[in-house]
Amino acid sequence: MKRDLAAPELRPAFADPVFDTQAVFRTLMSAVAYPGRIFPLDRSVSAPHPLDVAATALCLTLADFETPIWLDGRASSDEARSYLRFHCEAPQTTDKKSARFALIADPSSMPHLMDFHPGDVEFPDRSTTLIVQVPSLTEGPTASWFGPGINQVIKPGIAGLPDWFWPEWNLCSEIYPMGVDVFFISGDMLVGLPRAVRVEV
Amino acid sequence: MSGPGNKQCDTGDGYSFAYLDEQTKRMIRRTLLKALSIPGYQVPFGGREMPLAYGWGTGGIQVTASIIGPDDRLKVIDQGADDTTNAVSIRRFFEIVSNVATTEQTAEATIIQTRHRIPEAPLQEGQILVYQVPQPDPLHKIDPRENETRKMHAYAEYGAMQVTLYEDIARFGRIARTYDYPAMVNARHLMSPSPIPKFDNPKMENNPAIQLFGAGREKRIYAVPPYTSVRSLDFDDHPFEVQTWKGCCALCSSTVSYLDEVVTDDRGGRMFVCSDTDYCNKRQADRALTTETGGIVAPDEGAKL
Ligand SMILES: [Zn+2]
Repeated sequence: MKRDLAAPELRPAFADPVFDTQAVFRTLMSAVAYPGRIFPLDRSVSAPHPLDVAATALCLTLADFETPIWLDGRASSDEARSYLRFHCEAPQTTDKKSARFALIADPSSMPHLMDFHPGDVEFPDRSTTLIVQVPSLTEGPTASWFGPGINQVIKPGIAGLPDWFWPEWNLCSEIYPMGVDVFFISGDMLVGLPRAVRVEV
Repeated sequence: MSGPGNKQCDTGDGYSFAYLDEQTKRMIRRTLLKALSIPGYQVPFGGREMPLAYGWGTGGIQVTASIIGPDDRLKVIDQGADDTTNAVSIRRFFEIVSNVATTEQTAEATIIQTRHRIPEAPLQEGQILVYQVPQPDPLHKIDPRENETRKMHAYAEYGAMQVTLYEDIARFGRIARTYDYPAMVNARHLMSPSPIPKFDNPKMENNPAIQLFGAGREKRIYAVPPYTSVRSLDFDDHPFEVQTWKGCCALCSSTVSYLDEVVTDDRGGRMFVCSDTDYCNKRQADRALTTETGGIVAPDEGAKL
């Protein structure tokens, strides 16, 4: 990583970027491959306020100059912005449609799913990945998740989501394979919700 | 193959674990997550030149290099065997560039890179199967233009593929294709399973392991997540069937594995043996153990064919 003397108060990124990002990526991949299961990160990092450790680790692992990031009002503190700018070199955008990642620290007032980029008809992979920090991954209302990566059914209890979230999530299945993918984050734990998953509340 | 030192690959961190620079890994990792999110859809990626010629599994190598870490145990198979030139070269490559532990035992491996086979032993959660893919698009033979087949995938226009298979039935009375047999993933995307025998197709469905497919020349990655529907194309009057053999493996007597015909001498002698050498060796060892400990093994059990 570059050293920038103009930003002495900046928190450090991973101690060992090569092996820490590899380990974090494997956790992220497991979370996408096995949706609904809670995965704790086995690497830690000093997160900038108000980002959770897992959200920070995800950005350090996946974001770079090729991936514009959108931050919601709560996430976009000076500290978080400087941190992401310095360590990820990711452009920060105010245009939700051009964001490859969206960091949401206030899920109760999050934008609607279709405000983000669902990808293109022929390239559905060019979509926004939402990183949603929630108060709990277990203490919210349980919903039944079905689909690829899930052996029969799994019932996570994601807390803090707006009422419209699950009905809107299922509406998105109409445009599959376009759609957005989600990581729910709480502290150093995360749950994957890729677009192919269907949810019954 | 040339060594990793032959190419500029410094990351600024001083070294390059698993050969690829960190930015390339990050790009491939993002591609892998999208591939898992849209099962069976071919995600384009900015592949890097690897120190191996195409045909040596550069797509699979780039996938493995982007996921592998110091805690992994890597197995590499080619035609079911760990000791072929291709498998040995790739295993050596990762021993050199990542210093990772390797194994020939399916059950011990966390990552299995493969060409032409899925191991006979059932895979478990936590294992990752990486396929080397020469041609990722099952529609390539129908239309070689990628922008055209991409549209067909986008709108799930798979009628032409069905027609091609049905022409086989009209000509041969059955679907002639025995390997790289196309399958529908998650009831939405038609996928090339790579040149595995169709015998292996049923193993892809509802597998607890993660299955990743890398095509180096075509620069595409696709995936089958665990517990996902993978249906080989067929017709009501011609259901999908796998190959069967009349006899069993001449070495381990298995009646359920995929058998290769091998020539045993220069007088035309031949026998059928398991293509999966780890599976076969393990069964032979188990039988030897059973014999030593007084177990009963039927005489000539393996010799009938
Ligand atoms: Zn055998």
